[in-house]
Amino acid sequence: MAKLNINGEVREVDVEGDTPLLWVIREQLGMTGTKYACGIAQCGACTVHIDGQAVRSCVYPVSSVTPSQKITTIEGLSETGDHPVQQAWAELDTPQCGYCQPGMIMASAALLNDNPNPSDADIDTQITNICRCGTFQRVRAGIHRAADIKKNS
Amino acid sequence: MSMNDINVSRRKFVIGMGATSAGLTLGLSLPMGQTAFANHHEAATKEINAWVVIDPDDTVTIRVARSEMGQGTLTGLAQLVAEELECDWDKVTWEFPTPGENLARERVWKDYSTGGSQGLRGSQQYVREGGATARMMLIQAAANKWGVPADECTAAKSVITHKGSGKSTTFGKVAAAAAKLTPPESVTLKDPSTWTVAGKSLKRLDTDDKLTGKLVYGADIQLPGMLLASIKDCPVLGGKLVSYDESAIKDMPGVKGVVEVKTQLGNNGVAVVADTWWRANQALEALPIKWDLGPNVALNDAGVTELLESGLDADDAFTGNWNGDVKTAFASADRMVEAVYKCPSQNHAPMEPMNATAVYSSDRCEVWCPTQNGESALAAVAEASGLSIDKCDVHKTILGGGFGRRGMPDYVHQVVAIAKAFPGTPIKMQWSREEDQRHGFFHPTTMAKMRGSLDKDGNLTGLHMRISGQSILAALMPGLLQNGADFATFQGVVKKGIHPALDQHAMSYDFDNLVVDHAMRNPPIRPGFWRGVNVNQNAIYLESFMDELAEAAGRDALEFRLAHMKNNPRGAAVLKTVAEKSGWGNDDGKSRGLAALYAFGSYVAACADVTVDDRGKLKIDRIVAATDCGTAVNPQQIEAQVEGSFVYGLSAALYSEITFNEGVVVEQNFHTYPSMRIVDMPKVETTVMPSGGFFGGVGEPTIGVAAPAVLNAIYAATGKRVRSLPIKDQNLRA
Repeated sequence: MAKLNINGEVREVDVEGDTPLLWVIREQLGMTGTKYACGIAQCGACTVHIDGQAVRSCVYPVSSVTPSQKITTIEGLSETGDHPVQQAWAELDTPQCGYCQPGMIMASAALLNDNPNPSDADIDTQITNICRCGTFQRVRAGIHRAADIKKNS
Repeated sequence: MSMNDINVSRRKFVIGMGATSAGLTLGLSLPMGQTAFANHHEAATKEINAWVVIDPDDTVTIRVARSEMGQGTLTGLAQLVAEELECDWDKVTWEFPTPGENLARERVWKDYSTGGSQGLRGSQQYVREGGATARMMLIQAAANKWGVPADECTAAKSVITHKGSGKSTTFGKVAAAAAKLTPPESVTLKDPSTWTVAGKSLKRLDTDDKLTGKLVYGADIQLPGMLLASIKDCPVLGGKLVSYDESAIKDMPGVKGVVEVKTQLGNNGVAVVADTWWRANQALEALPIKWDLGPNVALNDAGVTELLESGLDADDAFTGNWNGDVKTAFASADRMVEAVYKCPSQNHAPMEPMNATAVYSSDRCEVWCPTQNGESALAAVAEASGLSIDKCDVHKTILGGGFGRRGMPDYVHQVVAIAKAFPGTPIKMQWSREEDQRHGFFHPTTMAKMRGSLDKDGNLTGLHMRISGQSILAALMPGLLQNGADFATFQGVVKKGIHPALDQHAMSYDFDNLVVDHAMRNPPIRPGFWRGVNVNQNAIYLESFMDELAEAAGRDALEFRLAHMKNNPRGAAVLKTVAEKSGWGNDDGKSRGLAALYAFGSYVAACADVTVDDRGKLKIDRIVAATDCGTAVNPQQIEAQVEGSFVYGLSAALYSEITFNEGVVVEQNFHTYPSMRIVDMPKVETTVMPSGGFFGGVGEPTIGVAAPAVLNAIYAATGKRVRSLPIKDQNLRA
């Protein structure tokens, strides 16, 4: 049994403690925006926030999340899809297939929480998600654009 | 069977894999009538024609038959229909008609196959006609209502106006009446120069739900009462399941059962079904399984290389391009240049691993899946379920990447086989990443021996390109071989005019004396159509060697290429564009490399600019690219495809190789099968320069120039010629 504070709601789930948070979110909680792609924390498609920090949920046992920690998934990043990163992504038409983008967006939002004005070098070290379609050019531009939107809001 | 089918109908070979009788010529001999369509579309009155549905509130739903996997075809096709329809783009939405509906309606939506960069160019004519036909019917309905001649009425932005009387109405108000009219027999399409919706850099129709997590991919399908399956197929190609010990896992949490999966495609493995995928996969990992690894258990890399090398000088070879007399040219050469290249097997590795969801009962089978070919998936459902095809249907989702992998229906066969063990219960089968890596249809591995003769003035007098290696057709569609030859092997270097399906990949250059031939060497590795297909390695070989020849001749690589492009003005134009915009020839200390190509009906070129530090670390600083695809339907999406092509093509060149140890794939996840990340991403500057008069493909051609442009730039930086890929295996400063 685990008690999770996710997207502002407290949810109880009956699940083995070693189950990765990713699968609890997708299966027990039915929120499928967070994606499975590698299962070994290589690609970042499963990125969620725990207390504002980006976490690769595919290797994060649900038992290591405490009830007081706040989990945010792509579904809870903003109420109406208007987080600065989402706005910037829409402006630049960033996604191609889109499967990695929830993770890419969550990683980028966490970066901007820590560093409101990241340089290209900061982006290179902090955004390590894999995108096979190759949206990186627009992701980079999108992070800079989101930083501007955030600054001016 | 005609080679014509290679690009226009991947469907046929996919079906052929399981049903060699080829009795399933879809749409010809199938029972019509009771189908999903009747259940789905009660509102047939809103359907103006197969492509266009209009609601009373003026919402326009455009039907899209091709698959959307990130390449933007969905939006591009909708733009083409909307352009002719003259509707308000802001009111446009879309839907995928199911392949079952297509069959029931005598294939009114034509080809569902989405590959070969055909999505727009292969359907632009008939979807534009669909839009134009619907517009004429809507105008006719308004004219009838007003009692005026239709040719006095015009349509713009979903509003129909009669000039004389000033009357106007909207599409939504006349849609029901229009739907009852007989379609006009002929329509005149707009000249692209007058386009206002097509040809514009509009935003994609599918972006919003990709930003919020709302988009439901195949992996995200949830059906009431659904169970989840994880599968392991025999890890060695051609091996089979001997036994498994179900008792070892039957008490694990959530486990509902274990199913042997044996498909008509030759898959033979085992799936665990549970109440969640995580539990199913945990149990599968714990399940003791005995395999008969079969005849390919000794497969290793040295063996593959030895096999490929045996073809480099062999007499048995098929010729795909020729001119003049190479032997005489070589005999009188002032000097010869020779080099041997190698490209490895590579997996597609889309971000969304293979998956599908099925519900089977004794009289119906339905599947939800990401597929590049809804019709081949439907045929797979029928074959695997044993039901007649009119009792089956496929619901396509948007794909989390395809790259050619999802044209193959192996996973559809598997999920139906599992669902048959649980009649009435929805089963979602999800492959692990490891399963996806082990059971790919890999980019074929080949080598090439390149030989060129130069005269004393540095002119190239003869060229022999010997390809040795795998044939995709021999493995997947042997019926398309011609007297044993796989002419698709020559994509990008083929002689123009020898095959109508291959003119779209004709060699860019003219050479007075030329032979391009192929010694077929097929190791027991399953090959497949991998974005760019055979163009990729052929372009690496030819475009690298063009630089080697230019250097040996003491000539500039741009000038050397252009000297052989006198009959290819469009190819020369894109090459000159990238040279000019990149600063080719500037004395600024930059290390640049060029590549040019004609493939998938488009002319492309790239100039890469790289730095290699003194420890051999490569940085790709900038890439200037140009594309002439004839007609540009959505320029910003063409730019996105070009940008992405460098990531896909350069991920392959830098990092990707599938190797085998005792028949098993070594690289089973992204830690050993790396892909580019943002830190690797060069700045890509794209020029879209449509010259008009034709529609060329966009999703694949640029893949072909990505690697050779960078390889040529690495040589410029280091003096080291990388001839064996991936680059990560090479020490660039050794």
